[in-house]
Amino acid sequence: MLSTFLSQVVNGLILGSLIGLIALGYTMVYGIIQLINFAHGEIFMVGSYGGLAMFTYLLPTAIQNQWWFALPLLLIAGAAIAVVVAVLMERFAYRPLRNAPRLAPLITALGVSVALQEAVRVFYPNATAAVPFPKVFVEGTLAIPIGDGIVPIRYTGMLIIVVSLLLAFALNTFVNNSRMGRAMRATSQDRDVARLMGINPDRVIVLTFVLGAALAGVAGILYGADLGLININIGLQNGLFAFTAAVLGGIGNIKGAVAGGLVIGLVKTLGGQYLPGGTPYDYVWIFVVLIAVLVFRPQGFFGETERVRA
Amino acid sequence: MTDAILNATGVTMRFGGLTALNDVSFSLTEGEVIGLIGPNGAGKTTLFNCLTGLYSPTAGEVALRGKQLPEDPAKVTELGVARTFQNIRLFPSMTAEENVLVGRHCRMKQSPFSSLLHGPGFRRSEAEALTRSAELLEFVGLTRFSDELARNLPYGDQRRLEIARALATDPSVLLLDEPTAGMNAQETEATRRLILSIRELGVSVVVIEHDTKFIFTLCDRVLVLVQGELLVEGTPDEVRGDPRVVEAYLGAPPEEVEAQIHAGEQTP
Repeated sequence: MLSTFLSQVVNGLILGSLIGLIALGYTMVYGIIQLINFAHGEIFMVGSYGGLAMFTYLLPTAIQNQWWFALPLLLIAGAAIAVVVAVLMERFAYRPLRNAPRLAPLITALGVSVALQEAVRVFYPNATAAVPFPKVFVEGTLAIPIGDGIVPIRYTGMLIIVVSLLLAFALNTFVNNSRMGRAMRATSQDRDVARLMGINPDRVIVLTFVLGAALAGVAGILYGADLGLININIGLQNGLFAFTAAVLGGIGNIKGAVAGGLVIGLVKTLGGQYLPGGTPYDYVWIFVVLIAVLVFRPQGFFGETERVRA
Repeated sequence: MTDAILNATGVTMRFGGLTALNDVSFSLTEGEVIGLIGPNGAGKTTLFNCLTGLYSPTAGEVALRGKQLPEDPAKVTELGVARTFQNIRLFPSMTAEENVLVGRHCRMKQSPFSSLLHGPGFRRSEAEALTRSAELLEFVGLTRFSDELARNLPYGDQRRLEIARALATDPSVLLLDEPTAGMNAQETEATRRLILSIRELGVSVVVIEHDTKFIFTLCDRVLVLVQGELLVEGTPDEVRGDPRVVEAYLGAPPEEVEAQIHAGEQTP
């Protein structure tokens, strides 16, 4: 059935662009300081809860129902809270370990991840169970008749695709064509020489965390708006997908992160539809693809075969 | 001494028990080209690292225009000291033009919002930087490689690109670490002319080089560093004739070395 296939493609692209948005944070931080920031998934979760808190406790009811007003506010709030947490995390957890062996910050990242998850569980009201996320966008689906069936596209899904791709595009432009973007790439290629070009690596590293966290915060809001329900495990689950996406695309590579995200989204939905075992096995196919890519192209789709490092 | 731009006084650098530099003092005048020679391990590159803030000397101090150098290499660059490296250290996965643009970093101003939204301030600053890097690439003769990744450039051109990148920081002092290493005679001669035209721009230059012919035909003054100590300082003629240099630096029978050194004089 063509319409079934296309519906799953649409679902895959929605999930995939969201995953790609989170994956950008993994890939950028890795590119600059060679750290797999396992706490990045929790930054996404914190952004989601931050937006929820803003909506629940700060927005007057009159505004709550005006999505065109509430949604931008929520996106900004989610991004802002994610950024604040990420900056504190960089300053107090990672910076002291800047010159430590690479395993130390990696373990720290796992610790930060657990700490953030538990902090939300303990301190956010009723966070032990799933919390409903407010409807901050047009509800419902657009049904497109194709052949003898229909392809439904959720409006929130369209929002996710448009916002994610726009942000990824903006980020790519920023990194390729701006003073700080070039400083980021220079720092990732040779930090000492970058310093001798007048670049302050600390500032570049903070900026990297800020950009990644802002995108993750936005993703957290979009995710909540689409599913209408969030819980404290969404960071772990989507973070793992996003990390896989970053590795698939070639870690350190911005285009790769988005491409990896889309591939994962499509593999999950199409694999769940057509491969034996159905939906319960869709996670399996994601990691089968990961293993296959790691075997045949370990550097990922867009990765460089060899990193030249001093 | 009146118009000295860079002053090193009693610079000493120890790594544990090893004294890499011992009480090195010299000054660099505006528009002067100084050669720094000495056997391997004499401390030439260590001295460069002290002059760029990568190392802070164990004792002594380095001052630029009478102001002590900060310990942060990024700030030293901002004050006007730029350098190249003995083993080329370009940003390999960036184009030649982007490498020069990175050198422009500390002379550019872009507010975060303007760069995200491509506002007028951002566009003006990018256009200025692009013009400047095009000029510099032309100056070192690399315009045709502008969009080529740095790692794909021929070896000699990578060295010239490093010079262009260093010049992009608007230095008043340029430190060149073996700029002709691995080059053939023509390339070496081209580099010599390039350094002379850099001096024309009013930039003072310190050059580390093993090629004595190159140093003696290029520099106004030559410093000889041996085992971390400044052995001899003087004009090329003075240094060339100094028996201590012949003995300590080249460590070969004097007649042979004399012959080697003077062999360089025949070709201009």
